[in-house]
Amino acid sequence: MQALYAQLLVGLINGSFYALLSLGLAVIFGMLNIINFAHGALYMMGAFVAYFLLNLGGINYWWALLLAPIIVGIFGMILERTMLQWLTGLDHLYGLLLTFGIALIVQGVFQNYFGSSGLPYAIPDQLRGGMNLGFMFLPIYRGWVVVFSLVVCLATWFLIEKTQLGAYLRAATENPTLVRAFGINVPRMITLTYGLGVGLAALAGVLSAPINQVRPLMGADLIIVVFAVVVIGGMGSIMGSIITGFALGVIEGLTKYFYPEASNTVVFVLMVLVLLVKPTGLTGRAA
Amino acid sequence: MTTLTDDTLRASPRAMRDEMIVFAVMALLLAAVPFTGVYPFFVMQALCFALLACAFNLLIGYGGLLSFGHAMFLGTAGYCSAHALKVWGLPPELGILVGVAAAFVLSIVTGYISIRRQGIYFSMITLALSQLLYFIYLQAPFTHGEDGIQGIPQGHMFGVLDLSKPTVLYYVVLAGFLAGFLLIFRIINSPFGEVLKSIRENEQRAISLGYRTDQYKFLAFVLSGTLAGFAGSLKVFVAQNASLTDVHWSMSGEVVLMTLVGGLGTIFGPVVGAFAIIAMQQYLAGFGQWVTVIQGSIFVICVLTFRRGVIGEIAHYFRRSL
Repeated sequence: MQALYAQLLVGLINGSFYALLSLGLAVIFGMLNIINFAHGALYMMGAFVAYFLLNLGGINYWWALLLAPIIVGIFGMILERTMLQWLTGLDHLYGLLLTFGIALIVQGVFQNYFGSSGLPYAIPDQLRGGMNLGFMFLPIYRGWVVVFSLVVCLATWFLIEKTQLGAYLRAATENPTLVRAFGINVPRMITLTYGLGVGLAALAGVLSAPINQVRPLMGADLIIVVFAVVVIGGMGSIMGSIITGFALGVIEGLTKYFYPEASNTVVFVLMVLVLLVKPTGLTGRAA
Repeated sequence: MTTLTDDTLRASPRAMRDEMIVFAVMALLLAAVPFTGVYPFFVMQALCFALLACAFNLLIGYGGLLSFGHAMFLGTAGYCSAHALKVWGLPPELGILVGVAAAFVLSIVTGYISIRRQGIYFSMITLALSQLLYFIYLQAPFTHGEDGIQGIPQGHMFGVLDLSKPTVLYYVVLAGFLAGFLLIFRIINSPFGEVLKSIRENEQRAISLGYRTDQYKFLAFVLSGTLAGFAGSLKVFVAQNASLTDVHWSMSGEVVLMTLVGGLGTIFGPVVGAFAIIAMQQYLAGFGQWVTVIQGSIFVICVLTFRRGVIGEIAHYFRRSL
């Protein structure tokens, strides 16, 4: 049973990353009509920024948790201002191709300097060790990742669904021209939205650094799984992305326990099943 | 919304004649390669990728469907042909048939699944499906995992053509490429191809005219996947191995890049793009991961400034479809 709980925990952690990443993809898609292929590369950058902050600047994990998303978010906003904004009005596929190119550049540069092996990132002192829950041993850091991700996801949901800013955002998703006519600076909102989505990815990167090590290709395979998560959940609903992300992480964890050979493929197989039964995705509207 | 291809170009009998002339020039140039001292291995490799890119282009350029998983057909056909040649000891022509048949079956299954969604979702689904196959091949015993299938015998095609001779192999690969290319050319100019283009331009209108657009897209997907598989089977004879690289997502990305550089929805663009990208990889092989960075930069530059691609720009300048 210990092993089952341990795999469930791993599943929940992966689920938090799926949720944070697919959430960002959904927010970006809503505003920019772009599927951000560079999301995995920016997640990786988040982990690397945390690594640089610690090893070059002596800045600890807690500051990295705040600074890395901001730094990567600014980098994302520069990308949006200099490149992505020129794609407005073009076929959606160009956004996919452009961000794929950006992902290749970012990953290639990091691979040149850091190879493909992982760099260690120590768990901060306050989150070391574990506690005995009676039925299982819980490493505190892993518990922290799950709880913190959940809080961030819910905060994002609250921001978009329940605040004034979120209302503008949702309105601009539906009809940018009309929102613009009301005197709201839509291009600036688009830039900030991209920064927000990218910042969420970077945050996931920082969270994963102590668990998975810091590797140039850490986001490359992850983003494909997240795409499958997005296809399953649909991008129409914020809460849908969060729930689907966590749920698929748990299912993957269970698969690792019961049938480890399929743990790499289970999300893709589920995607196929969902497409066969309900082609629009579980929560999605028709594309 | 602007479409993926240049709609200022009109098909006409004269355009068709121009295209045939360009095709004849291309075929003659390629046939002359063994006499020029150019490294035939390079050209053969480029021809396989050119056929793959043409097959991919049939789907994106004429059907408007961006597949981000075309490596799965290349890799699947490659593995199946390699297995048939090495383990079953089949002759080359049957080995190719096994690979193409495998790609045909795979494209029916994956097409049935992925055609259910449009646009951006279609790309994500094909990418996810190819990743699924990647993991299956990583674990399946017959692919030998990370090692791949090595040392594949080339054998005698139809019992007479000795494929271990570079020149013979070259002309067999060239014949395969030209046959595949002509088939795609024929498909594009058939009534089926015209309907496909109309779906790309305006699917709602095509539906209202009574076309079952899903069936057309599905057939285009199967044709494209099967032809991509043919390219994969040919490649087995050139490289004499089949490995995980051929199923990896980065391979799918390279095919997209080749077609984009040459020109989406142009007839000769994918061929030019494939030669350009393979040549670049050849010359920059010593630069390690910088090749990835350069490829990424080409993507960015093409999308931002050069969306018609090399052949697309030329065609646009001369107002001909090429």
